[in-house]
Amino acid sequence: MSPGHYVALAVILFVIGAVGVLIRRNAMVIFMCIELMLNAVNLAFVAFARQHGQVDGQVVAFFVMVVAAAEVVVGLAILMAIFRARRSASVDEANLLKY
Amino acid sequence: MSAALAAAPAVVAASTATATTTSVVFWVLAIVSVAAALGMILSPRAVHCAVLLAVVMLSLAVLYLTAGAPFLAAVQIIVYTGAVLMLFLFVIMIVGVSSADSLRETIRGQRLWAGLAAIALLVLLALIVGHAAIGPAAPAFPIYGAGNVSSIARLIFTRYFFPFEVTSALLITAALGAMVLAHRERTSPKPAQRDLSQQRVAGAHPTPLPGPGTYARHNAVDFPALLPDGTPAELSVSPVISGRAGAREAVSEALREAAGALPASPAGTAQPDRPDQPGPAHPGPNGNGQEGSPS
Repeated sequence: MSPGHYVALAVILFVIGAVGVLIRRNAMVIFMCIELMLNAVNLAFVAFARQHGQVDGQVVAFFVMVVAAAEVVVGLAILMAIFRARRSASVDEANLLKY
Repeated sequence: MSAALAAAPAVVAASTATATTTSVVFWVLAIVSVAAALGMILSPRAVHCAVLLAVVMLSLAVLYLTAGAPFLAAVQIIVYTGAVLMLFLFVIMIVGVSSADSLRETIRGQRLWAGLAAIALLVLLALIVGHAAIGPAAPAFPIYGAGNVSSIARLIFTRYFFPFEVTSALLITAALGAMVLAHRERTSPKPAQRDLSQQRVAGAHPTPLPGPGTYARHNAVDFPALLPDGTPAELSVSPVISGRAGAREAVSEALREAAGALPASPAGTAQPDRPDQPGPAHPGPNGNGQEGSPS
């Protein structure tokens, strides 16, 4: 399989993740869609690393994974704090700054 | 030398077979991952979304393997599927499994505009990727493939050494931030054993709550027990069960049915499951799992 196929799959997964961020209301599911987008970008990095025959892309994908893990930890802690205050995981409920 | 020349056709045949296997694996996993991703953004329950995301991540791990990144495949399974998704599932269990996302639009026309934006993004990315002229895969390097882990390690500890060190600071900051955010200051003193016992006796129910009516009239825990005077005891059904969307109607229906059936039937000869009995059908033991049932 040529790297172009992998990049095409990464594009499709990225767009699906973006749609999920746009249409879902549950903050947890929005988070999962962001993870899906990060995974799609990782797949593109790995495909480009394969195309150029160098492992630099894989190192960058590794760093993306580390940053994603840290982001998930902090994001889920924020979600827990919001849930404790509002008793809801919906992004429609977290509107205290609006008024 | 001659042995190497003789072995060359066998190597070529093996590489074509490997290419066929790789393409089959790629197409199967591409279809599986795209279907799972679509199911993830369409499924109303957060737990289903997490499980489908696990499917996507495992497929991507195998795709990394076929793309010559075995180290990343292992890290993907360990870090993403093992740690990140478990964290997601933990938080979903804390927030509540029953917190189904309502698929009703709260902003008018949001789906339409999201779909249009998605199509625009897809066209844009497809044009970019199509114009990029992505060439075929490079022939396998000596540092590529078998020595994958050692070559990644060499890069991380030489060229990417500073980002790697900054990553450690990021991880420590994230751990501290999670602890600070998840910590809750206690605003009232912790109740001691004496306070707890006083609360229990002072409350409406010093005794344990009554059990459900399992085996009394129906083989399900969402069916209320009957009090000595024949009225159903609403307290006997756990609020976790009666709080679910589909079960609430089932329980109230069962309550109505129990209240209506008892005075009419003489004691000892009650047959609540008579088929000619008017009224709605029995809710059944799985009447509490119908999230999407019309109410």
